[in-house]
Amino acid sequence: MNAIAQIRRNDQPIYLDYQATTPMDPRVLEAMMPYFTYKFGNPGSRSHSYGWEAEEGVEKARSQVAKLIGADEKEVIFTSGATESNNLAIKGVAEFYKDRRNHIVTTVTEHKCVLDTCRHLEQQGFDVTYLPVQQNGLVDLEQLRAAVTDKTVLVSIMAVNNEIGVIQPLAEIGKICREKGAFFHTDAAQAAGKIALDVEAMNIDLMSISGHKIYGPKGIGALYVRRKPRVRLVAMIVGGGQERGFRSGTLPTPLCVGLGEAAEICMKEMDGEAVRLTKLRDRMLKGLNAKLPEIYVNGDLDRRIPGNLNISFAHVEGESLMMGIKNLSVSSGSACTSASLEPSYVLRALGVEEEMAHTSLRIGLGRFTTEHEVDTAVAELVHHVTKLRQMSPLWEMSQEGIDIKSIEWAAH
Amino acid sequence: MAYSEKLLDHYENPRNIGSLDKNAEDVGTGLVGAPACGDVMKLQIKVGPDGLIEDAKFKTFGCGSAIASSSLVTEWVKGKTIDEAETIKNTDIAKHLALPPVKIHCSVLAEDAIKAAIADYRAKASKKDEPRKAAE
Repeated sequence: MNAIAQIRRNDQPIYLDYQATTPMDPRVLEAMMPYFTYKFGNPGSRSHSYGWEAEEGVEKARSQVAKLIGADEKEVIFTSGATESNNLAIKGVAEFYKDRRNHIVTTVTEHKCVLDTCRHLEQQGFDVTYLPVQQNGLVDLEQLRAAVTDKTVLVSIMAVNNEIGVIQPLAEIGKICREKGAFFHTDAAQAAGKIALDVEAMNIDLMSISGHKIYGPKGIGALYVRRKPRVRLVAMIVGGGQERGFRSGTLPTPLCVGLGEAAEICMKEMDGEAVRLTKLRDRMLKGLNAKLPEIYVNGDLDRRIPGNLNISFAHVEGESLMMGIKNLSVSSGSACTSASLEPSYVLRALGVEEEMAHTSLRIGLGRFTTEHEVDTAVAELVHHVTKLRQMSPLWEMSQEGIDIKSIEWAAH
Repeated sequence: MAYSEKLLDHYENPRNIGSLDKNAEDVGTGLVGAPACGDVMKLQIKVGPDGLIEDAKFKTFGCGSAIASSSLVTEWVKGKTIDEAETIKNTDIAKHLALPPVKIHCSVLAEDAIKAAIADYRAKASKKDEPRKAAE
């Protein structure tokens, strides 16, 4: 695929941050182009062919997205991205059903846009239960079962975590929700297109999807809203009544088409890509383990998407490591929080010690990652971790057999 | 975040990495910060018979700014008396490296490390003097 050559510029660092965003697949751009130019009609225009052809593009995209998750196209609405989808799903359901049920269950490792939405609802008088996760990052199903009551309107649990890539047991969660009569919303921004999702088999009532995490454009996402049994929402954006009234505003035709194309490519290539990425990830981990003692993978390694590694390099501070590996673009957590100096709340929720959380990197592999890039990354990481350990007083102490927990550190 | 050239130079080519014998009488060791906060600095000074700091070494667990701050102060303290070294201010370090505001704490830590190393050296020196004073 000559597309790869177009994606990577030679002088650029190796991109290993696929959970932050993905480059758009050139095939997606190609599908979008006509809708930027001559097929510019408003898909809402019913009176002429410009509108009809734009509508055709949007509806094809809707059905491409629906197929990816085993839904009917009437159940998919377009939004500006997963953050909006999450806001709409959670606030929309909470608002609509508030007279009957006012309790929401979620987990402490959700994306900030889910946590902040829940906090917002708490201020409005809703009750929210934030479930802890186990050491492997997965929710404890018995705890979930116990937390869901006859007052629970919604359970919102992400499909795949953005920092550690672990896959929650969606079908089991869906089953519990259905039994208890609560709606199940899942933020699938990191899951869609990477693992098989089926809203029927998994009893999912609402699902958020993002375009730019699946090699599609930024600024577009989707929300799946179940029709049978029907889930009702109070809209956040009102106006022309587009998207069945759930989300007013003229649809951005090229972006919708891009999301649809991206979804279709993911669906076609998912199985082969999973095998390829698992091989690359194993290669990376093996390469690092061969040269570096005391490195630890955070989160369950088996129940995880293929393209994610989150590793603690003991006694090496993550930010200084990122400064060293200039030729690699990785992150120390989610892109939203990488400007803060706080260690990741996701890693803390797994019980990772604060000092270990400070040594962690998130490495994301994806469609355009090559074996050569993985090998280069391993060599750079080994070089810089070794160098930084040479200058780490904590590494020195651990080599001398001093337990750093036995020292009384002055917190500052 | 864009870092200054001086900061990057200290990060890429840190001066005076290493350790001195912490049990030696002419060596003062300062260990400041906390692993849980993401910064630990170990700074050591070796004081000559003439009262001048003749060597300084550091090891740092922390971000690039913390590494650069500690590398810089090892250069600065060398050749100074301990009284002079004690006057190094975090604001001087921050200014020299053009630290961004969120990284000012790294320079504070470096100043603390110098002070802690000097305090350790002084404590050792006064202990050494005690038996002599008792004999007088």
